[in-house]
Amino acid sequence: MTATKLGGPVTQARPAPEPERRGGSPAAILLKATLLGLAIAIAVWAAFPLIENEKWTGLAILVATTAGLLYLYLTPRHIPLKYLAPGTVLLVLFQVFPVLYTASTAFTNFGDGHRGSKQEAVVAIQTASVTQVPGSQQYALRIATTGDPATGPLVFLITDPATRQVSAGDAGGLTAVPGTDAAAAGYTVLTAGQASLRSTEITAFAVPTAGGAIRSSGLSRAYEGKAGRAYDEGCDCIRDTTTGRTWTADESVGAFVGADGDRLAQGWKVAVGLGNFTRVLTDPAIAGPFLRTLVWNFAFAIASTGGTFVLGLLLAMALHSDRVRGRTAYRILLVLPYAMPSFAMLLVWRDMFNTDFGLVNELFGSDVDWFGGSTSARLAVILVQLWLGYPYMFLVATGALQAIPRELSEASRIDGASAWGGFRRIVLPLLMVALTPLLISSFAFNFNNFNAIYLTTEGAPFPADNPANGATDLLITYTYRIAFGGGGAQYGYAAAISIFIFLIVAVVSAISFRRTRRLEEVHS
Amino acid sequence: MTRWLREVGWRHLVGVVVLAFAMVPIVFVVSAAINPLGTLSSSELVPTGASLGNFTRLFADTGFGRWFVNSIVVAAVSALASVFISALAAYAFSRRRFRGRRVGLLAVLLIQMFPQFLAIVAIFLIFSTVTDLWPAIGFNTWWGLILLYLGGALGVNTWLMKGFFDTLPRELDESATMDGASHAQVFFRILLPLVAPILAVTALLAFIGTINEFLIANVFLTDAGSKTLPVGLYGLVAGERNANFGMFCAGTLLTAIPTVLVFQLLQRYITDGLTAGAVKG
Repeated sequence: MTATKLGGPVTQARPAPEPERRGGSPAAILLKATLLGLAIAIAVWAAFPLIENEKWTGLAILVATTAGLLYLYLTPRHIPLKYLAPGTVLLVLFQVFPVLYTASTAFTNFGDGHRGSKQEAVVAIQTASVTQVPGSQQYALRIATTGDPATGPLVFLITDPATRQVSAGDAGGLTAVPGTDAAAAGYTVLTAGQASLRSTEITAFAVPTAGGAIRSSGLSRAYEGKAGRAYDEGCDCIRDTTTGRTWTADESVGAFVGADGDRLAQGWKVAVGLGNFTRVLTDPAIAGPFLRTLVWNFAFAIASTGGTFVLGLLLAMALHSDRVRGRTAYRILLVLPYAMPSFAMLLVWRDMFNTDFGLVNELFGSDVDWFGGSTSARLAVILVQLWLGYPYMFLVATGALQAIPRELSEASRIDGASAWGGFRRIVLPLLMVALTPLLISSFAFNFNNFNAIYLTTEGAPFPADNPANGATDLLITYTYRIAFGGGGAQYGYAAAISIFIFLIVAVVSAISFRRTRRLEEVHS
Repeated sequence: MTRWLREVGWRHLVGVVVLAFAMVPIVFVVSAAINPLGTLSSSELVPTGASLGNFTRLFADTGFGRWFVNSIVVAAVSALASVFISALAAYAFSRRRFRGRRVGLLAVLLIQMFPQFLAIVAIFLIFSTVTDLWPAIGFNTWWGLILLYLGGALGVNTWLMKGFFDTLPRELDESATMDGASHAQVFFRILLPLVAPILAVTALLAFIGTINEFLIANVFLTDAGSKTLPVGLYGLVAGERNANFGMFCAGTLLTAIPTVLVFQLLQRYITDGLTAGAVKG
């Protein structure tokens, strides 16, 4: 996409332009200069933090991009690229780059317990095993932060009772604070109230030291405890100093594994090759739910798209007659669901399906636990999609029907075709030509319709043996739960499923688009 | 009479049945919004009383005003910017012949098949770094979220617009070029005004899509003051589902207002442009 020819047939055909016209009017030149100046200003602004943090690769990319853009808009050449550059830069930064990053994560075990390096895992294990032993050094403790008292990163300000020396400790270790004034050194000391709100965090917080770590005991005292587990370089293992038990490092899974197969919770990130992909396909505990979810995902996308299309078309045809009075009123009211915010209406529908005080049960006098059974939950979410989606199809089908000349169906009537026959043979094929591309993009959209499930059933009902995969889960909500859910994040595995979803949608769309004339235009 | 039933009556029957289906949830929302008790369990299809209590509570007790402003700014700026970026690219794809054009067009379509929010882990990690380096465009800011949404500016909309550009006769730009107009003048002065209908439609669709976007915004905006309407309203009923239902419905009705206004504003273009395609749900 980057290499371009000079101009096209259009520019080649024109006579050599007069020099004073090439740059455009003075106002246009001024505008261009302002925009380029702005771009330079933004680049300079962005450069300072990069230099400060010594991110040289980032700086190089920034300089190269800025220089490239300046060249592009100052040279008279590369005209198409001038028009493509703004979108392309944003596309690369916020779509291509995240997609490639996701794809590369899929080949690792990245996730909770496997975030950092092996060194970080060792420090975390040693720090977590610290206990208070007789003779532990005691300190006076103040809990502080460098940021907001409610959310900022914690810092332990400890005072040595003998020397009165104040030190600041965080996950990186201890640093001496000059003087005794915490505020002057840039720390905000938490009040007792603020600290007690974050007590769980404070209890878990530990400052690594040479032989162990400093931990809090209450909110105003701290002790330097001894690590119960230490890393032994000789056997590349973690040894428990009291029991003598060892866990040996296993580089293939990125964890310390004991003799009986027991793993320590803190591991590190390693490449696992195609492990995540084969896990999706071969592990029976995962492959079963994955296939079931895939089948339902297709059913949901087809039913949502097909259902809205059929209802919208039926409605458009019903109102496509001069003899129907009040057509305008019908149309205005019928497209109202399209104007309502869909995220909010999904939540309203969720509450309308509530078993105890939901409107649906109330209207029909029934007592159905809609989201409790697989079938009723699936019907419910499709019904909701029908409500949200049909007005759009109705608008589109109305437009397409009006574009079809009436003479066509009248002629078929004269030739002896029935009303239905005329519709099926004449009107419908013409409609499909116009609407097929829409149906394809609607299918692709519904295939990954995260909101439709996450804001209504949240995937429920869940089978008793698998709380991670429910009956109405789409692949996308299933992936979201794996990546961000409460059961521990597994980004690598989630990324692998993302790639499967991408391949499925891309293949389905590619096959469908081949059948439409849209793709032909590319070849013209 | 039977003839009337066969030719017109069924049309009214279909209309009325679908109308009931369409209106029940909306009537329910209106009724819950003016319900003085403001709870889900006391909400009925037919209102039992009327008060503006839910609306006043919404503005007094929650950050609704703030969410509303956030949503309007983010949706309006991203819709306008993405339409402009898309139109630029569509012009290049439609009017210029260059190496990589075909590949570029297909790539634009293919990348969209990988929905942006599947890459949410990567986006989260990228913006964690961005927040450290440049807090002004990091988490909880308008500009960061807008930039993120603009990453999807080149996409299906570009295809829609390219199709529209293709229908304009080339003789237009050729004659302008003969008269000495530069490519920028051809684009801004001649073509852009002519494609106004499709610009209006893509702007509307982008606006609706952005103002309803929940997933990315939910990860991106954690600070109470920076939330958009979906994130804020979701928070209202996520915990206190029953008690806040009236406020939530009041918020829903208010959220529909900008969409309806934009729809009205662009209405004369909508019917033509909509057939060009997009989705909502």
